[in-house]
Amino acid sequence: MSDIPISHILFVSTALFFIGMYGLFTRRNMITMLMAIELILNSVNINFVVFNKYLYPDKLDGIFFTIFIVTIAAAEAAVAIAIIINLYRSHKSIDVEDATDMKY
Amino acid sequence: MNLILLSAIWGVVMMFSGLFLNSKSAAKTVALVGAVALLIGNLFDLSGKMIINSDFKGMLHYERFGLLFLTVLILALLIYILLSGKDVEAVGKHSFEYFALIFFVMSGAGLVALFNNLLILFIGIEIVSIPLYILTGSDKRNLKGNEAALKYFLMGSFSTGILLMGIAFLYGAAGSFQVERLAAITSDNFTAFTTVGIVMVMVALAFKVSAAPFHFWTPDVYDGAPTVFTSFMATIVKAAIFIGFLNLFTNAFAGKADTWKLTVAVITALTLFIGNITAVYQQSVKRMLAYSSIAQAGFMLFAVFAVNDLSKQGLLLYAAAYCFATIGIFAVLVKMKDYTFEGFNGLAKRQPLVAFVLTVCFLSLAGIPLTAGFFAKYYVLAAAVKTGTYLWLVIFAVLMAAVSVYYYFRVIQAMYFKDGEAQELEITAPFKALLVVVAAVVVVLGVYPSLLTNMLFFF
Repeated sequence: MSDIPISHILFVSTALFFIGMYGLFTRRNMITMLMAIELILNSVNINFVVFNKYLYPDKLDGIFFTIFIVTIAAAEAAVAIAIIINLYRSHKSIDVEDATDMKY
Repeated sequence: MNLILLSAIWGVVMMFSGLFLNSKSAAKTVALVGAVALLIGNLFDLSGKMIINSDFKGMLHYERFGLLFLTVLILALLIYILLSGKDVEAVGKHSFEYFALIFFVMSGAGLVALFNNLLILFIGIEIVSIPLYILTGSDKRNLKGNEAALKYFLMGSFSTGILLMGIAFLYGAAGSFQVERLAAITSDNFTAFTTVGIVMVMVALAFKVSAAPFHFWTPDVYDGAPTVFTSFMATIVKAAIFIGFLNLFTNAFAGKADTWKLTVAVITALTLFIGNITAVYQQSVKRMLAYSSIAQAGFMLFAVFAVNDLSKQGLLLYAAAYCFATIGIFAVLVKMKDYTFEGFNGLAKRQPLVAFVLTVCFLSLAGIPLTAGFFAKYYVLAAAVKTGTYLWLVIFAVLMAAVSVYYYFRVIQAMYFKDGEAQELEITAPFKALLVVVAAVVVVLGVYPSLLTNMLFFF
């Protein structure tokens, strides 16, 4: 385990975080945006596990935190999909560009 | 702990009573019983008698300030249910579920107010947010409501991602989620991890309290959501997240205040500027109140900026003044059909009492003396002056408060000095009596603010 330096893993998680952010800002399909949010949350999960494993291996705080994140992400996804289905019923599309009834 | 437990339990009770009670109008009564139970439970909390007397290995922190703040929030909830309960029932056919979600939000607010561990802060903020996504989209046939729910969800979960990333970095620096541990590392060995962590957490919380430049979701969401739930979101929820913000910065990050002071000052100035200036140009009172809630968030940010003993009193008083006045205004606004300024024309002739109460509430929001809003603004600004730096920010805030008078007085002017066909409002006598109670609370707190702030020290 120790032959992979921590910086490599942190690089992966940071890259995932920004890929997620890029996806959230460029994609117009709601399901893809939901996937982008999941990417962001999972990059955070990697961070927690890595810090726990490499820096503070005597306790399990970080790993427990990831369990909470996974649970809450699931709850969020359920609500998000309900909202998307509701929008699909009224707009017949899951493109966010179609949901612009309000003026800025 | 009583509050967190009772509100979570009462949320479930609400859902089941929706199943077993057939009459739709029972929802308000059941919710009212729940709110009173929360209030009693919270008073027991304050006197130290709890159902489960444990701080869960230091994860919760029963501070007098947090408990007292929750008391204010529960009183606001009580007034909210009494004033707008019938309108909550009218949103859709799932009236029990709306109240259930409101109780779940209160449970999250309890966690946010009493956290002593970043895990609890995160869970609390999520418990507050997720029911709100549903409440925003609860009017399923309303296209604007659906769109608002989507926007709220996207922005909310994005800011959750940022909050979590910040917590991950703080964990990397401190090795623990305990607030005491964070306070130790922020004052002793300060690393890049800590800076990145603090900035990310700050940005995420600024998103949640709709501070500029992270405010852009607010007007659309507040405008699109059913008006009763806008009232709830703009008052109780916003105040609840603010206490988490203040507690985190006071207990964990105060040791290195000079590193984040400037950032918070810039966020505060931008929030005041954008909130107040944009509110001037609104045609709809509901949207104006959304921008005004951004502007009021700017004033509450002064408490976070100052992090001293005055800021606690200031935030407590501000939350009370803002919540009661805004709930009163929204309770009348819900009953109107026309949300534009013209809709208020001639209201004083037809409903003199309602117009008077609205005037008191708007004066309080603008911060005119003899109303609670004046001392609330005074305390938060005095807290900022006490730090001795950034005096320009305080002067700027006073100027912006003067700007806010313009758009609040537009409504008062429409009610009293413009002629027009006032709308027919369905207003009952108990509703009027409650409005008078709201106005009385606002005025009493404006004359004797120490009634509330002294409770921080003795009971």
